[in-house]
Amino acid sequence: MSSVRLVLHEFRFIQKVFWRNPASVFFTALLPVIFLLIFATIFGNDKIEKLGNLPTTTYYVPAIVTLAVISATMVSLATNLTIAREAGLLKRGRGTPLPAWVFIAGRVGNAIVISVLMVVVVTVIGRVLYDAPIPWERLPALITTLFVGAASFCCLGIAMTAIIPSREAAPAITNLITLPLYFLSGIFIPESEIPDGVLSFANHFPIRDFFEAFFAAYNPNTVGSGFEWGDLAVVAIWGLAGLLLAIRFFRWTPRH
Amino acid sequence: MPDPVISIRGLRKSYGEFEAVKGIDLEVGREEILGVLGPNGAGKTTSVEILEGYLGRDGGEVEVLGVDPAKPTRAWREKIGIVLQGTTLEPTLTVAESLQLYAGYYSNPRPVEEVISLVGLEESAGKRAGRLSGGQQRRLDVGIALVGDPELLFLDEPTTGFDPSARRHAWEMISGLRDLGKTVLLTTHYLDEAQALADRVAVMSEGVIVAEDTPENLGGRESLPTRITFVLPEGIGPDELPTIGRAAVDGEPGGEARIVMIETDDAVEDLQILTAWALERNLPLAGLEVKRPSLEDVYLRLTAA
Repeated sequence: MSSVRLVLHEFRFIQKVFWRNPASVFFTALLPVIFLLIFATIFGNDKIEKLGNLPTTTYYVPAIVTLAVISATMVSLATNLTIAREAGLLKRGRGTPLPAWVFIAGRVGNAIVISVLMVVVVTVIGRVLYDAPIPWERLPALITTLFVGAASFCCLGIAMTAIIPSREAAPAITNLITLPLYFLSGIFIPESEIPDGVLSFANHFPIRDFFEAFFAAYNPNTVGSGFEWGDLAVVAIWGLAGLLLAIRFFRWTPRH
Repeated sequence: MPDPVISIRGLRKSYGEFEAVKGIDLEVGREEILGVLGPNGAGKTTSVEILEGYLGRDGGEVEVLGVDPAKPTRAWREKIGIVLQGTTLEPTLTVAESLQLYAGYYSNPRPVEEVISLVGLEESAGKRAGRLSGGQQRRLDVGIALVGDPELLFLDEPTTGFDPSARRHAWEMISGLRDLGKTVLLTTHYLDEAQALADRVAVMSEGVIVAEDTPENLGGRESLPTRITFVLPEGIGPDELPTIGRAAVDGEPGGEARIVMIETDDAVEDLQILTAWALERNLPLAGLEVKRPSLEDVYLRLTAA
């Protein structure tokens, strides 16, 4: 069987497992949509003066897109790979002729497909319910940001499994890392409300850069193509670091 | 042994200061079912995981199907099936889907339908793995190990934690593997399991193989002394007994029901002397019993620390 067919075979079953798992459907697919609806309801028709009178609802589309991609990639992979490792499924897979990279590729492929789906869903909801414009003219920047970010956060998620000792610890550790950064990076609260010192602290972490790149692509006030190469480079460097850590520290056998 | 499937010489493995496997030699022949029997912590799983290619070793030579398992290749993985200790299933996939998933990893898989009937899960083919009983889940584990049609199958404690009826079910299924011409290496800490399934048993204790034979002859069971026991007749002192075998008397003088146990290598002759002695004195030998050592006795003796 050719490698491509093998990756597709693995991907097909990982898709099945994903959609049958209530936790992954809720946290990855539904929760971002719920967040968008809640924030849009709370802030209604407010405009953000500091950002050229941008409607708050338009601001929240790239914010929730950022959160949705990070959920589908880093959080999902870190959680599901840890659960599979502790259940002995990784060890069992390792005992078959399936090459290790195909095993990982099927899961990364699933994370990226779910990411694309979520970007489409959130963008369309934003357009239909809140008149947030779809940035057709900056689509290349949006797509580039999506793939650079999804790939980088997949690497970070795989690397994170090394510090998650058990399935019970997975939600605690992933939330501990993401939730504070969502607040500090302008995902949950518009960045105009966040002190500059806090934003520059958040700038050390890839969630803020990833959001800034999405924000530039979605923001109707952006002049030019919307590419934020500096932010994308930071995200990619984090991703590369994650990849190296994953290669060095990823383990296939249960810790317990 | 001509053309062994597994051959091990001087295998050693330590975890830090702890020597888990202290130099074992073992061969497994084609289509043989070898049972590796031993208490927890004897080094069974460590040894088997070295053979499966999961763990490296510190010393010794190992060949499994002609390959050093420390350097596993994809072609070699095609030929072995592994059932790990403890169930490893994706709970949301059905029985048939689980088998299809793993079948896709092999170049010549056994048809999924066939595997389902081999492990007796026809009724549950459409059921999700997470909703099967413990015994059914374990059978699906074995099915997944069989779906690549391997030559060699590793079963690590396949029935631990089963109730007696689930165990019997599993035994029937594993015995059926014999008809498929598979070589099987089975680890277990149940004596009756090794006895029921294995052609040959290797007993491990504290990192070494302490005995290796067919279940019938294990531990020189044939040559161990027979035990004769009876209640010491009233009014008879231990020194009045005929001198046969090695006798031991249990209980205090004047106390009740003192038991005599005689270990003898010649039960026929010694029994005749004993019964003639009793008949002469018209003494009843209450509770008279003649017993060969059970496999249980042999096992406990072999694995005693």
